[in-house]
Amino acid sequence: MTQPASPARPVTEKSPPADGDKSPWRSRVARADVRTLSLLGVLAALVVIGGVTEPDAFLDTDNLQLILTQASVIGVVTVGMTFVIISGGIDLSVGAIVALASVWATTVATQDYGFAGILFTAVVVGLGCGLVNGLLIAYGGMVPFIATLAMLASGRGLALEITDGKTQMVTVDGVLKLGERDSYVLGIPPLVMVFAAVTAVGWLLLNRTTFGRRSVAVGGNAEAARLAGIDVRRQRLYLYLLSGLCCGIAAFLLIILSGSGQNTNGNLYELDAIAAAIIGGTLLSGGRGTITGSVLGVLIFTTITNIFALNNLETAVQQIAKGAIIVAAVLVQRRTATT
Amino acid sequence: MAPEPPLLTMSGITKSFPGVRALDGVDLHVQAGEVHCLLGQNGAGKSTLIKVLAGAHQPDDGTIVWRGDEVTLRSPIAAMRLGIATIYQELDLVEGLSVAENVYLGHESTSAGFVVRGRDARASTAALLKRLGHDEIDPARLVGDLSAAQQQIVSMARALSHEVRLIVMDEPSAALDPDEVDNLFRIVGDLTAAGVAVVYISHRLEEIRRIGDRVTVLKDGRAVAVGLPAKETPTREVIALMTGRNVEYVFPERPQPPGSGAAARPEPVLSVQGLARDGEFAPLDLELRPGEIVGLAGLVGSGRSEILETIFGARKPTSGQVRVDGRALRPGSVRAAVRAGLGLAPEERKAQALLMLESVTRNVSVSSMSRFSYGGWLDRAKELRAARDATRELSLRPDNPSVPVRTLSGGNQQKAVLARWLLRGCRVLLLDEPTRGVDVGARAELYTVIRRLADEGLAVLLVSSEVPEVLGLADRVLVLREGHVVHRAPARDLDEHRVLDLVLASGQHGPTHTEGPHSPATTEGSPAS
Repeated sequence: MTQPASPARPVTEKSPPADGDKSPWRSRVARADVRTLSLLGVLAALVVIGGVTEPDAFLDTDNLQLILTQASVIGVVTVGMTFVIISGGIDLSVGAIVALASVWATTVATQDYGFAGILFTAVVVGLGCGLVNGLLIAYGGMVPFIATLAMLASGRGLALEITDGKTQMVTVDGVLKLGERDSYVLGIPPLVMVFAAVTAVGWLLLNRTTFGRRSVAVGGNAEAARLAGIDVRRQRLYLYLLSGLCCGIAAFLLIILSGSGQNTNGNLYELDAIAAAIIGGTLLSGGRGTITGSVLGVLIFTTITNIFALNNLETAVQQIAKGAIIVAAVLVQRRTATT
Repeated sequence: MAPEPPLLTMSGITKSFPGVRALDGVDLHVQAGEVHCLLGQNGAGKSTLIKVLAGAHQPDDGTIVWRGDEVTLRSPIAAMRLGIATIYQELDLVEGLSVAENVYLGHESTSAGFVVRGRDARASTAALLKRLGHDEIDPARLVGDLSAAQQQIVSMARALSHEVRLIVMDEPSAALDPDEVDNLFRIVGDLTAAGVAVVYISHRLEEIRRIGDRVTVLKDGRAVAVGLPAKETPTREVIALMTGRNVEYVFPERPQPPGSGAAARPEPVLSVQGLARDGEFAPLDLELRPGEIVGLAGLVGSGRSEILETIFGARKPTSGQVRVDGRALRPGSVRAAVRAGLGLAPEERKAQALLMLESVTRNVSVSSMSRFSYGGWLDRAKELRAARDATRELSLRPDNPSVPVRTLSGGNQQKAVLARWLLRGCRVLLLDEPTRGVDVGARAELYTVIRRLADEGLAVLLVSSEVPEVLGLADRVLVLREGHVVHRAPARDLDEHRVLDLVLASGQHGPTHTEGPHSPATTEGSPAS
């Protein structure tokens, strides 16, 4: 009886007499499940559509590996973004940070330090940008939208300055090898493993640690969090650092994937990550969100892109479909949400 | 001449929100051409009632009869079409639009259906402003550039731009200087002379005496007095209606008369020295011992909540110190206060204390997460156990801390806040209107809980608008008026009448403070413009 209440366990406690209807606790669990299940349903439907329209190409192992690999880069970014949105913020600079980190980590000077030099630089540049964002927002009192918009602009500018618009090829074998089929373990590409690890760590961080609790509290009611003794500003700083860290990791994955660093990397990642988090059920106003939902959102978007590409449909159609899915997801959530 | 039928008759208006019944069968009768004052403490139901009248809330029950016909006010527009205009305390103007655009917002005069005829709007706005005695306001100026008083005039011009028969004014004088208040009263006089009824909400009783015709007093969602004559009813009676009890409570017994056996008295846990905030409250000295409940009595605006929030570090003091066990706290730091063992149950429970999307457990544990976490890793079983113990100790219902906190009643939500500080091991509890939004029937239990916590060694500083609550619960009482402590005494040496006298007394009876915050007396004598 001292076990934590788990969603799977039936309610044994006495239900509260809330307006005579079923237990609000049970309905909340049901709502969370409905959300996850409906996302899984959409994903399953997409797999069926893919399998029916392009039975050979879509269900091919190579293609499934490709989908997951493509989902990995934006997925890692989305995990960080989910935390920021849950805390009531927004990070528009993720794409620019990915670009900056990927070009900084692939300069000739950096590549001299080999594998470790590239990884270290990508992560440190990500953290550095996150630190600037966090300081401006938490201690400079800037609105997250503006501060990260400024980071977007200057990050992209700096990335262009570093590369002069040229693609920087990676010459470090250790990095390139990670993208090759030889490094797959049981058919799973290393990139996907990193994505899975980041997802797992993100889930644990959100659901099992004080950091996660504080993030939710700050997003749900910042004034109440402050008056409860939470250091709201420090928490905000940490959240943007986390988002920067995720961007650094994503930049490293992108370097492996493309074998290069380009200042155009991560284009519109901010929109994809926000969209994935939102269709995953994260409230844009903060205070509620799940890692599972966000990751499913990423997988849904990546799968759609893949199916459209296999069916030779234009990018324009893809983008319209994405927009429609965002609208549909939010409308469904509004209906299932409480008043 | 046959008596005119009332302009507005609201009867049996009932409105519930999750957790609390905001209005419980309220009646309001308004005659054409009268100033009808609506009085009540914060949370008495005034705002809900005027929102029902403005069509912004739909009542659960009750009828509204307007000029002899029963009506349903489905939306603010429906109310406006009938001629009911509301000027809210929080002004609802668009700062980025001009005065004229604001006045005609939503009913712009147009030609060909869509072209806004700005010049006409400006001309008629200028006429309205002139009628209101403020022709110095340029209709083309942006509302955001105007002073608060001028914005209020614009809001009033907007109300008058409709065919209006009833205007509701929610604390219109709160932001005004004395000579602006005179102008407001002149406008109210002009309106009523033209047959328009005014429902006037204010905390300032002297205003009600000056312009009011009749008074309706709300308390705990009920009308405790309907249509009293405003000029003849004694002030004391009005205040007693607002602050008094409609149910007699048995307050928990005090353990032993405080002050006896000074040698045995424990050292003060909290001591406040010369704490002040400019414009809010004058330097305050206060000591609080374990097991003691000290009450702060005073009307709205006397600085009560500001004092609590400043002690708690949520506001930065202009001067002075807060010490816990003799150690000074870092001023303006909530974290320092919480670490030292202070806890605040704020007045606005939903906005300032609760995480409404979260479970009771998470609301209770949020201030003491380090107690069941190891290096940031939460032991959720331990957390649930701790939250359950804390909520059981306060008999929080339902006895299941996994339910979302928003499904609880007001009284149980307050218990969740108290449980948060209990779990934290808090030693000084600051309670700001602890029974606000708590159903009348559930209050006695909360009193018992508060007294028991004190008996167990907590020091409690209690703020309440309800004089009997302070007198019944506290050991010692500080009476506040306009940011000054005007009296200190053991609660058993005071009664309701004495406290009301102190709260209402004019300046000369109080102690003389040379540097009073925001004394209206300094501006009153100055010549107008």
